[in-house]
Amino acid sequence: MSNSYDANRWKRFDDWDARPLRHDQFAVEDPENGFSAFAGAADPKPGLTVGNGRVASMDGIPAAEFDMIDAFIAAHHLDMDVAEEAMAIPSAQLARMLVDMNVPREELVRLARGLTPAKLAEAVAQLNAMEIAFAYSKMRARKTPGNQAHVTNAKDDPLQLAADAAVAVALGFDEIETTMRVARNSWSNALACCVGSVVGRAGTLFQCSSEEAEELEIGMAGFTSYAETVSVYGTESAFVDGDDTPWSKAWLAAAYASRGIKMRCTSGAASELLMGYHEAKSLLYLEARCLCLQRGMGSQGTQNGGIDGAPLASSIPGGVREIWAENLLAVWLDLECASGNDARHSESEMRVAAKVLPFLIGGSDLICSGFGSILKYDNSFNPSSFNGEELEEFLVLQRDFEADGGLTPIEDASALGLRRRAVDALSHVLKDLGLAEPTEVMKRSVAVASGSNDTESFAPRDVAVISDRISSRGITVIDVIRSLYGGGFREEAENLLFLVKLRVSGDYLQTSAIIRDGHVISAINDPNDYTGPGTGYRVSEARRAELAAIRNVLDREEVLRREAASEAGEARAVEYRTMGPAERGADPGEVVVGVSPGFGTKIFRTLAGHPLSAVLRALRDGIEAGGGRMRVLRIRHTADTSFLGLSAARLSGSGVGIGIQSKGTAVIHHKDRLPHNNLELFSNAPVTTLAHYRALGENAAGYAKGDLPAPVVVPTQGEALGAKFHARVALTYAIETKMCENNASPEVLEIHFAEGADGG
Amino acid sequence: MGDKPLGVKDYPLAETCPERVTGHRGKALDALTIEAVLSGELQMEDLRITAEALRRQAEIARDAGRAALGRNFERAAEMTKVPQTVVMEVYELLRPGRAPSKDALLQAAQGLREEYGAEALAGLVEEAAEVYEKRGLFRTRY
Repeated sequence: MSNSYDANRWKRFDDWDARPLRHDQFAVEDPENGFSAFAGAADPKPGLTVGNGRVASMDGIPAAEFDMIDAFIAAHHLDMDVAEEAMAIPSAQLARMLVDMNVPREELVRLARGLTPAKLAEAVAQLNAMEIAFAYSKMRARKTPGNQAHVTNAKDDPLQLAADAAVAVALGFDEIETTMRVARNSWSNALACCVGSVVGRAGTLFQCSSEEAEELEIGMAGFTSYAETVSVYGTESAFVDGDDTPWSKAWLAAAYASRGIKMRCTSGAASELLMGYHEAKSLLYLEARCLCLQRGMGSQGTQNGGIDGAPLASSIPGGVREIWAENLLAVWLDLECASGNDARHSESEMRVAAKVLPFLIGGSDLICSGFGSILKYDNSFNPSSFNGEELEEFLVLQRDFEADGGLTPIEDASALGLRRRAVDALSHVLKDLGLAEPTEVMKRSVAVASGSNDTESFAPRDVAVISDRISSRGITVIDVIRSLYGGGFREEAENLLFLVKLRVSGDYLQTSAIIRDGHVISAINDPNDYTGPGTGYRVSEARRAELAAIRNVLDREEVLRREAASEAGEARAVEYRTMGPAERGADPGEVVVGVSPGFGTKIFRTLAGHPLSAVLRALRDGIEAGGGRMRVLRIRHTADTSFLGLSAARLSGSGVGIGIQSKGTAVIHHKDRLPHNNLELFSNAPVTTLAHYRALGENAAGYAKGDLPAPVVVPTQGEALGAKFHARVALTYAIETKMCENNASPEVLEIHFAEGADGG
Repeated sequence: MGDKPLGVKDYPLAETCPERVTGHRGKALDALTIEAVLSGELQMEDLRITAEALRRQAEIARDAGRAALGRNFERAAEMTKVPQTVVMEVYELLRPGRAPSKDALLQAAQGLREEYGAEALAGLVEEAAEVYEKRGLFRTRY
């Protein structure tokens, strides 16, 4: 034992210091310096005055003093037909309407068109976190929830991009987004993800986040179908440092639509704070300005909810509640919401899961705006809240809550098949179009790789050459479709053609549009119609079955199959001979071991994996070492540990008995004690060793002699044993309880251990 | 589809009236086939959205209560006639500090109006010119 008793702090703080949480830096609330989620030092009071049909002042600022953001909002967001009516409603009443399921979404959306940023912020600020989450679920635009994946890698390797894109599609992501480690690789990344995204299914939208002008060009060449990097900011100075204005962004919004490319803006809490121009205003008020701007410029949607500012927003008291609140503002303003949950805001997995939960259970147009479908180190955007590492946890959360997070579990074999197909398809296109010559080793290494550390594929310099060739030769999506078809990838060619044809009708330019089963669904033809229980999005039976179908689930047959596998070995190791009804023993040195009905007949191993023959042998050795003698009875009327033990004790000449279930749970009992008031209990069968069983036997013999031995302690490391074993326990135990017969009397078992079979 | 504005019930256009949805060279959706790709008949122009389609989407957006989105689609409809280089030139000019003075923006607006009949786009650029002047955004940034 260390002798650090003179430490000057409670050592629990050392434990806490070692937790991942302590990598998170928290900040003091400081409204003067922009560190306030809801109440900035300079937040204006809501207000609107109108003269001659024009805005004379907004939120206390006269029109003559408007900055460019105020000016744009006044001109393009505020709807003079509803402004007077909407602004007259007290904020508290608006807040109540948001959580009132009897007030329809459409009515609130209509009013929002006449509300100023300060008024919108004041209303949602009155909601607690629970109310914000509920209101979000009610107010989001499209009924069916969806999700978006990041597909990137540390080498910008096109083969891996194609394989990972195909997996993301199979997982059910509605959109995938890539970006590059090296800017000039953009065309290669776009082509690779484009090909991968049409393997297996048609209709996954794809974007390549790059420099504004180039992103538009890549879109015009047909490789991408949407864009979301049109960032806006809540202060004029931050906007100008972002190298844009509301008018230049509005221009881009029109430019994307004019090329048939879906577009959403991006904004998120604390970007102004990070960029050094917060104007002492709260995160929420600045975000309300951003969102009014986006609605005003005619963006169908927004990527919003902290985004890159999420870690900073989360350092402030109430910061995560604010992130939820700004998402609510987005949907109240009738915008499609790709609701953040991307840039990882914490090293604490608990903080991450807590933040995403409302969007998972209540739905969102795109729950994550990007979920890292690849490993953390391969995410060129930085790690997401959820990454390739944690993907199965998200699948399980869906199953836990019967909530549609937009994803569907995939199986080993189909995943590998899709990866190979994607790699083959892209390799063909690269060769066919004279862009590169992937080798067999490259292809095989990528197909099985979990991440780019495992691949022997293209290096960033090779990729730059591919990218330059695509761009300089003017290769378009039509060349790719033709090449895929010619190479025998006909389904992929058809899928890609389907995708680019979407841009001709422009149907997917409408609010919250995604593609499901070959059809565009959006807020127009799939509107969120939530008005209380039984309305809005409900998981169908078929979808519920998909969500439940995660891998490695246990059933009764599997338990019996696993037991059957150890049956033969046990048959060789031990023989149980039934010798007829048991009488009370007369030997004062005996310890009776009462085994359960299925012990050695249906079940052959403890939860820790010890063969039951070895357990019996350990008990016998222990009892004998303690100077006692073992007599074994099969108890047939109960499988409960306490009653097994008490029944054994009452038939024991010493009055001391051991009860043991076939899963390994054991008890030392005495004939004069109440059933659940035993001498020693060994409840953690999964961590109980043969040495513990031996010690248990020895202690039982000690009690039989009238000694008071030191109880055996089975140490645990705090494992969640219930999570690991209880499904098996319940199934195993049910097998035993089914074998119990009322009033069946215990029988004597003669145990014959095979010579040399002391497996120990 | 007559003169009456389209509405929510007409959506999605690709399903309610595929024959009226055409690319820039007049090819209908049904004609955009793999065979057309293989024969070289199908070009990127055939996959470009038309001003008509965008105006129809604007009508649908307005019917769904989304006038601001509708206005963006109308600006986009005008922009289908504007060459890519001009689109990018005007975008560049609208970024802070690019235009040395209000005149450069007003000139661009005039060009949009006269050469492409882009009234709404011209209006947007003129509005920007007014605000940029008031906010001193004609300052050099690099």
